[in-house]
Amino acid sequence: MNRISDNPVTTEALSNHRDIALAHGGGGQLTDELLRQVILPRLGNDVLSQLTDSALLPPSWQNRLALTIDGYVVTPWRFPGGDIGKLAVCGTVNDLAVSGAQPLALALSLIVAEGFPQRDLEAVLDSVAATAAQAGVRVVTGDTKVVGRHQGDGIYITTSGIGLCPPSRRLGLDRIREGDMILVNGPVGEHGLAVMLAREMPHVHSVLRSDVTPLNHLIDFCAQQLGDDLLFMRDPTRAGLAGVVADMAQQTQLHVTLEEFSIPVRPEAEHAADMLGLDVLEVANEGKVVMVVRGDAANRALDALRSAGCEQAAIIGCIDSKHDGMCELHTTIGGRRVIAKPYGEQLPRIC
Amino acid sequence: MTPRMDRIREAMDRLHAAAKAVKRQVKLMEVCGTHTMSAFRCGLHSLMPKNVHLLSGPGCPVCVTAQGDIDLMIELAMNHDVVLCTYGDMLRVPGQRGSLERARGQGADVRIVYSAMDAVRMAKAEPDHKFVFAAVGFETTAPASAAAVLEARRLELANFSILASHKRVVPAMLALLEDPAGIALDGFLCPGHVSVIIGADAYLPIVRHHHLPCVIGGFEEIHMAEALARLVEQVRDGQATLDNAYPEVVTGAGNRAALACIDSVFGAIDARWRGLGVIPASGMAVHGHMQRFDAMRVYDLKPLEDHEPRGCLCGQVIAGRVKPTDCKLFGNVCTPINPIGPCMVSSEGTCAAYFKYGRHEEKVKSGKRKVNLKKCATTPSPHGRGLG
Repeated sequence: MNRISDNPVTTEALSNHRDIALAHGGGGQLTDELLRQVILPRLGNDVLSQLTDSALLPPSWQNRLALTIDGYVVTPWRFPGGDIGKLAVCGTVNDLAVSGAQPLALALSLIVAEGFPQRDLEAVLDSVAATAAQAGVRVVTGDTKVVGRHQGDGIYITTSGIGLCPPSRRLGLDRIREGDMILVNGPVGEHGLAVMLAREMPHVHSVLRSDVTPLNHLIDFCAQQLGDDLLFMRDPTRAGLAGVVADMAQQTQLHVTLEEFSIPVRPEAEHAADMLGLDVLEVANEGKVVMVVRGDAANRALDALRSAGCEQAAIIGCIDSKHDGMCELHTTIGGRRVIAKPYGEQLPRIC
Repeated sequence: MTPRMDRIREAMDRLHAAAKAVKRQVKLMEVCGTHTMSAFRCGLHSLMPKNVHLLSGPGCPVCVTAQGDIDLMIELAMNHDVVLCTYGDMLRVPGQRGSLERARGQGADVRIVYSAMDAVRMAKAEPDHKFVFAAVGFETTAPASAAAVLEARRLELANFSILASHKRVVPAMLALLEDPAGIALDGFLCPGHVSVIIGADAYLPIVRHHHLPCVIGGFEEIHMAEALARLVEQVRDGQATLDNAYPEVVTGAGNRAALACIDSVFGAIDARWRGLGVIPASGMAVHGHMQRFDAMRVYDLKPLEDHEPRGCLCGQVIAGRVKPTDCKLFGNVCTPINPIGPCMVSSEGTCAAYFKYGRHEEKVKSGKRKVNLKKCATTPSPHGRGLG
C-alpha cells in the first residue's frame, strides 16, 4: 500500500496516448482520462460535462417528442466526404428532421476496438463536434466501451436523438393522395458509392464524395415555406431512393410514378454504379430527403429547395390514380419498369 | 431532344418498321447477363414490337454453373480450412446444403473479391492461410483468372490455387442450336464484353453453318436498340450475316494478349452446364504443368453429382425454353430473399431480372390508366443523365 501512495499512479504513465486499450473502457482512471482529455474538450457542454448518468432536458409541453436511435458501423471509418463521426450525427439528426422534429439533443455510445489509434478517435470526435455544431444540436450524454481486438473492427457508434415536433406539423403516409408530387433535394447514390469505392477499390481515385450532411435546417426552412402542403418525408439511406418510393407505394397502396430523366444523378455516380454492377437508385444517401407535397405546391417546394442551396433539387415523380401499391419508372428511352425494394446486401457482379 | 435520344428513337423506329414487315413471331436471344439486366433496367421489353421476343440465353455466369460445381465450392469452404474468394454474385447461390453465404455464417472464411488479383494479394499478405479463388465466368473473367495464376507463379505462392469453372460462350450457342428439343431462334444478340476478348470472328460458325444472323451489341440503350434493329432487319431481308454493331471496342480477332493469357493457363475440356448438360470443349481446366495452382488437384477434389432443386426450371430458363413466369416456384417459393435456383440470385439472372423489374409488366401494360407526366411537370435534371 505504501508503495502505491509513495508512487501515485498517474494517468500519464498508464496511457501511451497512441492506441486505445481495453482499460480505456473499464470505468477506471483511464476511462476518466479518455473522457476529460479526449471527449469533453470536444463535445462538452453544460449538460454533458456534469457526467451524470442521465441528461435532464427542459420540458416542452406543447410539442410532441420524437425519439430515434441508429447504429453506425461503416467500413472504412473514414471515406471521401466524411467519416463515421459525421455520419453518426447526420444519420440521427436526419431521422428526426424527416419526421418533422427539430433535434434537441443527442446521446452517443462509442464502442472502440482495442488498438484503435487514439488520434483516429480524436479525429472522429472532432468530426462529431463539428457536425453537431453545424446541425445546432448538442451531445448531452454518452458512453464509451472498449472491446477486445478480435471482438470488433475499429470503431462503432450508436447515436440516439430526441427532437421536438411542433403541433402544427402534420406529416404522414396517410396524408398522401393522388396528384401529390415527389421531390428530392439533389443527386442520388453518392454516399454508398463513395464508401463502396473506398472499401472495395481503394486504388481507384474517384471524384465521388459522400453526400453526408445534416438536413435539419434545410427541412425546417422547407417546412416553414410549405406549411400544410408538406405531406411526408423520408431520407433515402440504405435501400436508396428505390427503397423509399417502393415502401411508399406499398404502404399507401397507391401507384407511384418516377421519371428517370428527372432524377438527378451525377455522371460519375452513374459510371461508378455501372462499374460495381449496382443500380444507382438503390444505393444509400446520407444527405438526401425525399419529399411528398401537394401537387400545386410542387414548384414552391422546388423553389424553396433551390433557394436553400440545393441547385440540383428536382421534382422526380407523382402519385397516380391507380391503387395497386406499385412504383413504376418511366425510363429515359420511354420504357417502363417496376421499382422494387432491394432485398438486402448489395452484391457486386461478376462482369 | 438530344442527338443521342434521336439516335435511340431512330433505331427503335427501324426496329418497329422491320418487325412490321416480318409478319410472324421473331425470337431473338441474348447470351449475356448484362444484356438481360440492361434490357430490363431501361424498360426495353415494354417498347419491343409485339411480334419480337428477346429471350435470355445462357449468359449469366452464375446461372450456368452446374449445381455440382457450386456444391464443390461450398464443400471446399466448409471442410478444407481454406479462405474461399469469389465474386459477389456467387455468395447466395443455393447448393444442396446451403450457400457460401450460409457457410460464411457458420464460420467458413468466404471473401468477396472484385478481381482475381485481389485473392493473390491476400494470399501474399497472409502466408499462413490457404487461398482458393472460385473462378467463374466466361471469356471475360477467364483472362483475369489466368493472370492471377501467372502472378501467383511469379510470386512463388504456395498458398494460392483456383477452382476453375470458366465457360466458353460459342460452344453453348452452338449446343443450343443443335439441341433437337431446343427452340427455333431467328438470331443472336451477341455479348459485347465477351466479344471484346474472343473477337467477332468467333461467331462465324453460327452464321455459316446455322445460317443465323449474329449482331454484336453493347449495353447502353442506344447500343441495344441499334443491334436489335439490325437483327430484325436481317430477319426481314432473309439474311444471315455477322454484324459488329459495337466496333468501338470489338475487333474481328479479339484481344490476342488476353486469349494468349487464357491459353497459357487453361486447356479446353468438356464442361457441365446447368440446363444444357455436358458441352464438348466448352470449359477450361488448368494445364497439367500448372497443377499446383489447381484446387481440384491440390485438395484432391472429386466432381460432385448434379442435383437440380426440385421443381426449379432454371435449366429450362437458361436454354430459353421457358420464361421465369412459367416456373411454379417463381415469385411464390422462389424469391430473391429465398432463392431456390441461381437465376433468382444473380443480379444478371433472368428470374431475378423478371422479379425485380418485370414482375408486374403485364399488369402495367394492361392498365388503361394514362400516366400524365406532362401534368406532373417533372423537372429535367441539370446533370448529364437525361437524354432528352
